[in-house]
Amino acid sequence: MVDFGYAPLEIKIHDLDKANLTLGEWIAERDETFKHCIACGCCTATCTAGKFTTFSFREMCHSIRRGELMEAITESEKCMLCGKCILACPRNVNTRNIVKLVRKANQNFRV
Amino acid sequence: MGKEVAIIGGGVAGLEAANQLATLGYNVIIFEKKGQPGGHAAQWDRLFPNRRHTSEVINSLKSRLNGNPSIMLSTAISAVTKSGNRFVLATKSKNFEADAILLATGFELFPAEKKEEYGYGIYENVITSAELEEMFAKHGKPVMKNGSTPKKIAFIHCVGSRDEKVNKPYCSKVCCVTAVKQAIEVKESIPEAEVFSLYMDLRMFGPGYEDLYKEAQQIGINFIRGRLSEASELDGGRVQIKTEDTLSSRPLKMSVDMVVLMVGMSPALGTIELISGLGLKPNKDGFVAVADYHLNPIGTGVEGVFVAGACSGPSNITDSVNAARSAAIEIHKYLSK
Repeated sequence: MVDFGYAPLEIKIHDLDKANLTLGEWIAERDETFKHCIACGCCTATCTAGKFTTFSFREMCHSIRRGELMEAITESEKCMLCGKCILACPRNVNTRNIVKLVRKANQNFRV
Repeated sequence: MGKEVAIIGGGVAGLEAANQLATLGYNVIIFEKKGQPGGHAAQWDRLFPNRRHTSEVINSLKSRLNGNPSIMLSTAISAVTKSGNRFVLATKSKNFEADAILLATGFELFPAEKKEEYGYGIYENVITSAELEEMFAKHGKPVMKNGSTPKKIAFIHCVGSRDEKVNKPYCSKVCCVTAVKQAIEVKESIPEAEVFSLYMDLRMFGPGYEDLYKEAQQIGINFIRGRLSEASELDGGRVQIKTEDTLSSRPLKMSVDMVVLMVGMSPALGTIELISGLGLKPNKDGFVAVADYHLNPIGTGVEGVFVAGACSGPSNITDSVNAARSAAIEIHKYLSK
C-alpha cells in the first residue's frame, strides 16, 4: 500500500474510563502511605537522580494514578534508592519502599 | 449580677470576650502573662485582607480596659482548680476566684529552627513572617542583616504546617493569605524587587483573600508550586533554595537575598498543663479540645470552663472575635442558671 505519510493522531487525553488503575491499588495494599502524597514536590527537589535524569518520585506516583504504568515502571529504574526523599516528605510517604514496589510490580504483576 | 469571670489571655479573643461580658454586667478580670495586651496581633504591622494597621483593631479592643474589664499584665496563671461552682486561679503572688473561666491563651508561632534544613537561626537572611512584620513596622520594608535592601525575596509557605516531620500535620489557615499580603507589601516598599512565593496550595478561603491573590498576580509576584526542600547559604549572605517546580515536573533552584518562612500556629506553651488540672485534654493537634466541633465549639468538657480563639486551633482575628462573642453568650447562659 502506498504510504501517504498520514497516521491517526495519538490521543493524549487522560481517559479515566479506560485507564488501568490496578497498580496503584496493588501498591496501596502493600504500603498505604502511597495514598498520602500531597504533590508538594519535596522528594523531587531533594533528589540526586532527579538532577541528572527525568526522575521525579512525585510524577511517578501521579503516572500510576493516571494508569500510565509503563512510564512509571521505566521511571522507577532511575531511582538510586538513597532515601533522601524519605527525610524530606512532610506526609511520611515511604518513598523508597514505593519505588521498590513499582519495580517488583514490573517483575510480578501483569500491567 | 456581680458574678466574676476570669479570662486567661489578653489577646484578641480575651479582650473581645471581656468587653462583651462587662457589657452584660459581669465583673471581668483578664490575666495576661505578657507586659501588654493584644497578644500576637500587637506585634503585627498590618492585617489581611485590606492591610489595615493592626493598632486600629487592638486599640479598639483595649479601649474599655478602665475598671471593668480589668487586666492584670505580666501575670501568668500557674494552675486552675474547681471547687464546687467556684474556680481558683493561682498566680505567683496570690490566688484569685471566679464563677467561670474563659481560656483565651492563644498560640505560639512555630519555632522555625526546628525545620533545620531551612536554615533559620543559621543563615542570616532567613527570617520568619513575624520578623518581617517587625521590619515593616520599624523600617517600612524588609532589611537584610547587613543593612542593605533585598532585591530578590522568597516566601516559603507551610513552615510548621502540613508537616508530619515536625508533628504539625494540620493547616495553620492564616499563613497563605499572610504570605500574599506580605509579598504585595514587599513589592510596594521595594518596587524593583523580585518576589517569589513557594506554595503547595493557596488556601484563600476568606472574603477578599482571592482578590488579594489576584492583586499579587497583577503586580508581578511569581508563584512557584512546590515546597522548599532545603536552603543553603552562599557567599555574601545570599541564600540558595531548592524546590520542585511541580507544574513543569522539574527540580528548581534559585538564589535570593532573603527568605521569609511563613511560620504556622502551634499550641500555646503551658495551656495543656493549665487545663490538665481541670481534667481537660488536648485534641490530636495539641490544642484545647472543644465540646462539640459543630454545635458547641466554645464549650469544654468541664462546666463553667469555656474556650475562645486560637488556643483551640488556628484562627484569624475574625474567628477569634466571633468565638469570643459566642463565649460571652454561653458564659452568660451558664451564670444565669
